[in-house]
Amino acid sequence: MNKPLEAGRLSAQEIAPGQWQREYAASVGGGKPTRNRSGIEVKPLYTPQDWSGDYAAALGYPGQPPYTRGIYASMHRGRTWTQRQLIGLGTPHDYNARLLDMIDQGTTAVSLIPCNSVFRGYDMDEVHAELLGTCGVVVNTVEHMDQCLAGVDLARTSCAMNDPSPFTLFAFLLATAKKRGVDWNSISGTSNQSDYLSHFIANHMFFRIALPGARRILTDQIEFCQRQVPNWNPMSVVGQHTQQAGATPAEAMAFALSAAIQYAEDCRARGMAPDSFLPRFTFFFDISVSLFEEIAKFRAGRRIWARITRERFGARDPRSWRFKFHGQTSGVDLTRQQPLNNIARVTIQAMAGIFGGLQSLHTDAYDEALSCPTEFGARIAVNTQNILREEAHLTDVIDPLGGSYYVEALTDEMEQKILAVMGEIEAAGGMYQAAEQGLPQRMIGASARGFQEKIDSGEQTVVGVNAYQVEEGRSERQALPAPDPAKIGAHIAAFNEYKRRRSQAAVRSAQDGLAAAADDPKQNIFARVVEAAEAGCTHGEICATLRRELGFGQPLVMV
Amino acid sequence: MTTQPPKVLVTKIGLDGHDRGSRVVASYLRDAGMEVVYTPPWQDIPAVVKLAMEEDVDVIGVSSLATDHLIVPKLMRALHTAGLADIAVVVGGIVPDADEAMLLEAGVARVFHPGSALEEIAAEIGQLARARRAVSI
Repeated sequence: MNKPLEAGRLSAQEIAPGQWQREYAASVGGGKPTRNRSGIEVKPLYTPQDWSGDYAAALGYPGQPPYTRGIYASMHRGRTWTQRQLIGLGTPHDYNARLLDMIDQGTTAVSLIPCNSVFRGYDMDEVHAELLGTCGVVVNTVEHMDQCLAGVDLARTSCAMNDPSPFTLFAFLLATAKKRGVDWNSISGTSNQSDYLSHFIANHMFFRIALPGARRILTDQIEFCQRQVPNWNPMSVVGQHTQQAGATPAEAMAFALSAAIQYAEDCRARGMAPDSFLPRFTFFFDISVSLFEEIAKFRAGRRIWARITRERFGARDPRSWRFKFHGQTSGVDLTRQQPLNNIARVTIQAMAGIFGGLQSLHTDAYDEALSCPTEFGARIAVNTQNILREEAHLTDVIDPLGGSYYVEALTDEMEQKILAVMGEIEAAGGMYQAAEQGLPQRMIGASARGFQEKIDSGEQTVVGVNAYQVEEGRSERQALPAPDPAKIGAHIAAFNEYKRRRSQAAVRSAQDGLAAAADDPKQNIFARVVEAAEAGCTHGEICATLRRELGFGQPLVMV
Repeated sequence: MTTQPPKVLVTKIGLDGHDRGSRVVASYLRDAGMEVVYTPPWQDIPAVVKLAMEEDVDVIGVSSLATDHLIVPKLMRALHTAGLADIAVVVGGIVPDADEAMLLEAGVARVFHPGSALEEIAAEIGQLARARRAVSI
């Protein structure tokens, strides 16, 4: 009988790197180098020769500089990421029903996405009615916000509001809290789209206030929150817009970090101490299906931000150094062809974000390339997170890929790439000036075009699009039905009724106060926006007043 | 007589600002030798009609990511009223199957879905432009 194999190792002489090199070259040959989306060459194998960094200097421990391994000591083992699904559709009542359903299924925080009419700075009676509520909830007043969040305990639920400057949705939330007797000190959440530069450069979903005005309102909102809503994150720096618009992962991270520097400099110029506002800075990123590249992007970004806050801003509070971020799986990677394949893509994207150490996650529904997500698609997206957490146990070990020769070498290379792009932005005078000059817009345009050409040439496979196609029937592609026109009609009628019954004197006086604040740099514009919301002003009225006083915003589009 | 290259207006109407698709397509068409008139997002329908008339374009490409394709029939009617029914209109973006039928019914020449190759889009637009020239000469 043979002896059972005992634990042991081969002898060192049998390990032959030269032989591996020869055998690999013989089987694969030279060929074209493989590059990731950020343009970094990826080798076939990583060994200690590629990464033999100093553990303490390059990795350290979670919750400690250089923060490569995560911003908290316990990371997902202590507290899992927040499951924050972006939803929004139809009327406030429709939204509320869907929200309560999602909360029942495990969503732990609110993220409200308004109708595109709101994103454009208009009320529902100023736009084509057939577009209302087709991809976001139509919220124009404090009453609508109250309806959206009926049954939600505002003191215990973190609410993300996807509204750019002048933050009317946030103002409606504060007004709702006051109506319900909820102390603003207990309100928590994030102004998810406060990064006006990323809107100007890439996503263009903003209320059309010219750049200098948007800049001032953001700084005013940060100052207001410090005094009045201390648990709110007024600043969300968005790398997601630029990456969705075509920036590579390294470029998107560089743009976000450069924008964060700009906002922090603006706060500092206002006289705020870095440790008073940096702990409330958060980030929001896209997560593509390029798994290792995304993981390295997040690890590198975390390390760079810790250095920026310490070295450039002299922050001493560790909360200022922490790179808190929300991740959203990339919609651009999803395909209309064989849409169920998107479930696999979203799973990989979510894993990249989780291994990258995110604090909050939105998983896209598989049907987002077909229409706004159906309820069925949204449920699978939530359950993808539940499966990764509770079946696959991805939360058991902190930074499980830390120490991988590949992941560490790639983290270093992504860091270099990100720093190089940040250097170009800095040389242009910082992110504000670079955006005015169109520098990031040109880089995004070139990267978007380059990536599409890789798909068209077949260099980048997209399953179902340029490879592995099948004949598909229409029934496989269910779309979300448009909102019921009768419901939208009733919503408009109720809105008109609201406008008739509110105190016209209070509305006029609030609008005058808002206009006066816009003309007086000593006043805080956001404080007046909140007062206007409380007085019954509508979203469109507030935006129109500010556009009149501060100028109409056009994005600088480069083709 | 020299043949003018096809002239295309690439635009977005309605409320959405996501313009990756329209930017990529516009830059490809330009590099493919076409004359491209490009607008930022959020154009009003009358502004698109006016621009199409002033620039004498052969084809209008409307990009839609977030349901703005629903007002394309209004654009078709406005073009018709302005006597520009000979301009071909194509739509690219996220268009559910049921809505595609509605758009074709309204007179849209072609709907390009996500995953369409740039070459294919350029070939189709070139063909539509040539067809318009053939008729108007």
